[in-house]
Amino acid sequence: MLRKGQGELLSSCTVDEIRDWNRKHKLRGLVDKVTTVSSAVEKYVKDGTYLAIGGFGHIRISMPLIYEIVRQRVKHLRVSGHTAVHDLDVLIAGDCVDAVDVAYAFAYETRGLSKNGRRAVESGRIKCVEWTNASLSWRIKAAAMGLPFLPARNLLGSDTFEYSAAKEMECPFTGQKLVALPALMPDVSIIHVHYADKYGNCSIRGTTVKDDDLAKASKRVIVTAERIVPDTFFRDNPERTTIPYFCVDAVIEAPHGSHPGNMPHEYYFDESHIRGYLKAGANEGSLQEYLDKWVYSVKDFDEYLDLVGSKKLKELRQLEELR
Amino acid sequence: MTSYTSIELMAAVASHQLEDGKIVGVGTGLPMIAGLLAQKTHAPNLIIFFEAGSIAPQVPTLPISVGDSRCAHKAVAATGLAGIMETGQRGMIDYAFLGGAEVDMYGNINSTVIGDHDSPKVRLPGSGGANDFGSLSWRTIIIARHDKAKLPEKVSFITTPGYIEGPGAREKAGLPKGTGPYKVITNLALMGFDEETCRMKLISVHPGVTVDQVKENTGFDLIIPEDVSISSAPTEEELSALRQIDPDGIIIGK
Repeated sequence: MLRKGQGELLSSCTVDEIRDWNRKHKLRGLVDKVTTVSSAVEKYVKDGTYLAIGGFGHIRISMPLIYEIVRQRVKHLRVSGHTAVHDLDVLIAGDCVDAVDVAYAFAYETRGLSKNGRRAVESGRIKCVEWTNASLSWRIKAAAMGLPFLPARNLLGSDTFEYSAAKEMECPFTGQKLVALPALMPDVSIIHVHYADKYGNCSIRGTTVKDDDLAKASKRVIVTAERIVPDTFFRDNPERTTIPYFCVDAVIEAPHGSHPGNMPHEYYFDESHIRGYLKAGANEGSLQEYLDKWVYSVKDFDEYLDLVGSKKLKELRQLEELR
Repeated sequence: MTSYTSIELMAAVASHQLEDGKIVGVGTGLPMIAGLLAQKTHAPNLIIFFEAGSIAPQVPTLPISVGDSRCAHKAVAATGLAGIMETGQRGMIDYAFLGGAEVDMYGNINSTVIGDHDSPKVRLPGSGGANDFGSLSWRTIIIARHDKAKLPEKVSFITTPGYIEGPGAREKAGLPKGTGPYKVITNLALMGFDEETCRMKLISVHPGVTVDQVKENTGFDLIIPEDVSISSAPTEEELSALRQIDPDGIIIGK
């Protein structure tokens, strides 16, 4: 008797849907895709969108896009939580999220749990479907491969499986019991990278986490980059390309774009900012004051960075060099 | 006599379980410290994998996240989550080193919820990479606090399977054969698993702790063998290494 998880499949796709989408909607040509944060969010991130975020929750995250989603008061998002940390937590603070495919969420690793994230789940405001980091990565990989699912050997024998939307299967060759992980094709992915050219070619330094596959798997990909570089940056060294241009729909230059998160080789965590945010998360009142100050009262990410201050930004760069 | 905290003791005992020249996947927090300590003491060629993708880094100082830039410092490769867990699925990861809110007598770990899943009393982070590491690595080492609530007979949610319901259950579920929980380190004792029953058994009590204390603080019938030893206290060398790894006491000061 093969079992199946009782969790809801928050986003489903068939192999034909993947192909048809890519045939109809993905540009083949080298087209200038540089835009602004506000117009990219307005164009692609709608109420009810299934959103995936590149990076690792508080490392290499696209905060300009996250703040803008909150600022535009987008609602009812479903979010892929493959190690979601500050990225998801800010979206929850902005009441943008209805459901999460959880691998890791509502917590800040060595800093402990997030009161804001916990409140949202414990009050029933957010629905959780359980997965694991590898499961979500492989689900994304399946979509990136244009396949309906991938078999794997994790999840089996756990309640994580019971509360997922995975199914057990038998290997057609050996009869070995496996788990079938359904392809995940996010409506929109937002990915912060080190370098991008105007066409959308991207270079990521350090661990890719899963962003190469994520860009291939998603219907729409919005990229923020520490630096926009000429396309010769890639043409002279094509091995630098982590994400090829045809996966990407919009490109925005956003130096310090992972603040208060870490950006490998660029700047380390703004610990005092993150700790201040976590403290504000103790109750809704102080959390809304935080959002008023850092999100609603600033026009864009440049104004936000002015608020952070150039002295602090310089310190964070030094901290990254010291390790 | 050297003075040390219970966290320092746990880190030292945990590090002793790791062998030189093997590959370990470490979770966030104390497992990270124990792996770094082993590298600085008896296991300089221990290879650490961090789930976000870094392979064999030379971690300069305590990372905040298993995915931050310190974890990838001078790594031999920067891959991704799939790259790490596929390596585990191929049988290349010898040890998984995980923490958990609850651990039961079969080494099942809960890090997802306390209470009902859909309306939980406490929502915890979830699996992260723990289920993947614990399913796919050869041996799983677990670090937990020792009291009746944290070591119950049955965890309220199996995030990461141990021996599930006993002998043969992992294989029956489809998990790779020959894998499973190996050691449990708490603030009171070091424990292992009985080969026949797959149940947790006491190996050693920490200095100053009695067997009765361990029994009283365990929520299930712990197997007590006749020859229970005393865990070795951290050495001066280990303590100074720990203070180098975590100079601000972010983990060891807790």
